[in-house]
Amino acid sequence: MNAEPPDPTWIDRTLVCARPQVVGALLRYFRDLEKAEEAFQEACLRALGHWPRNGPPRDPVAWLIMVGRNVTLDHVRRQARQQPLPDEALLSELEDAETPLADRLDNADYRDDVLRLLFICCHPDLPATQQIALALRIVCGLSVSQIARAFLVTDSAMEQRITRAKGRIGGGDAPFETPGPVERAERLESVAAMLYLLFNEGYSASGEQVRDRAPLCDEAIRLTRLLLRLFPAEPEIMGLLSLMLLQHARQKARFDADGGIILLEAQDRRLWNRTMITEGTALIDKAVRHRRRGPYQFQAAIAALHARASNPQDTDWRQIELLYRGLEQIQPSPVVTLNRAVALSKVAGPAAALELIDPLADRLDGYFHYHGVRGAFLMQMDRRGEARVAFDRAIARARTPAEAAQIRQYLDQLANP
Amino acid sequence: MLYAILCYDNEDVVGSWSKEEDDAVIGKLSVVTEKLAHAGRLGPVFRLLPTTAATTVRKGREALVLDGPFAETKEQLLGVYIVDCEGLEEAVETAQELARASSTNGCYELRPLSLFMPGAVAGP
Repeated sequence: MNAEPPDPTWIDRTLVCARPQVVGALLRYFRDLEKAEEAFQEACLRALGHWPRNGPPRDPVAWLIMVGRNVTLDHVRRQARQQPLPDEALLSELEDAETPLADRLDNADYRDDVLRLLFICCHPDLPATQQIALALRIVCGLSVSQIARAFLVTDSAMEQRITRAKGRIGGGDAPFETPGPVERAERLESVAAMLYLLFNEGYSASGEQVRDRAPLCDEAIRLTRLLLRLFPAEPEIMGLLSLMLLQHARQKARFDADGGIILLEAQDRRLWNRTMITEGTALIDKAVRHRRRGPYQFQAAIAALHARASNPQDTDWRQIELLYRGLEQIQPSPVVTLNRAVALSKVAGPAAALELIDPLADRLDGYFHYHGVRGAFLMQMDRRGEARVAFDRAIARARTPAEAAQIRQYLDQLANP
Repeated sequence: MLYAILCYDNEDVVGSWSKEEDDAVIGKLSVVTEKLAHAGRLGPVFRLLPTTAATTVRKGREALVLDGPFAETKEQLLGVYIVDCEGLEEAVETAQELARASSTNGCYELRPLSLFMPGAVAGP
């Protein structure tokens, strides 16, 4: 035990970081989400009382699980009038009892507890935004108003949404059995998809929303890092964390003073976060060694090639085109082909790229980027009239003012060559 | 005698600091390191990326490559200072000074060096 009292920030952070493991373990004991969350709250209150006086426990997670469980069990006994009230002295003895508990709660338990907690948020009946809101509330412990702000709805609307979502997942079919290897892999895949959605909720924000939504990227990174700590040999989780870090590293360079989008090629690369890039690159290197390809790894490898180029001219487009080709093979999608076409235009010229995307016209007609990219290819080929038509279509399909502004720059270039 | 001051802490907690909080801690620590540097006592200092970025190579007839750090611990090795100290007493004093500046949980492990090659690489 530390003789010095821990500072309040440390306690706050420790409680936040411990939350997924503690709520996950309490959920396994009680098999009731509401009860697990209440027990965690109760344990946090005790921690705020005990830790400043007695010093922090050696293993805060084990302490919180133990206290959360015992406090709730005592409460149940008290209600049943079977046992006398526990006194404070009993509670402080818990700290001495934490060691054997910590030994029993080894990594394997934590691993499935945290995975289960994340997995119940991915209930297939819930729309993606509700899965994310639920994970932010239950796993990250964000307040309802913090989540409401990120989703641009009122507090009461978000409160309702979360309550309804909890009702759906609390239907008693939560998976409490220890998962087998196949199930575990399936759960990991659903959870990874949900975490990437959470990340993208933050990453896709622009303008004034950035301030409220960028923290979602940090939460997604935090949870993915936790997941990787628990499943250290999963190349797709390494790929996912790498992808998030490499994308988030560009955060400071992605918007101009008015909140407008700055495209990758025009970004000031000195503003990129080098530490995140180093970590992201290290992770994708680790993942590739496993020789088990997956979509997150491909996307991370592409992002790493962009991050390695100290200026846009140095970008290894040939390798990027090959990686998109690989991604296309394992996860065929017109959007991936569209991205490959952009890389192809850099190595083989706009005509070859245009040929690649023309067959996508029907499937991507409603997609802003399709028309924007097509217009850019046509402009490079000096087919100005067609380019203008494509850009007009893009503007009509823009989802944000920033997207429309980006296309208007092209139209200006067409008007004033 | 050269000592390695190994910094252990919960990397989740340290990693959850905002940039401002991190800068503030580094700022307070640099007061200590600058004093050491001024006295000619400071060797290389480095900070490690999280253990999720780590790889372990187990020695053996066929070297085994594993993901992550070898030991699963509650606190992780986050960084190292190499400091020239008269002896253990001074090493303990230095670590205590760093501890007061960092004001977090965790611990410092003081390990005397048996070999030191300063090397000549640039930053990460």
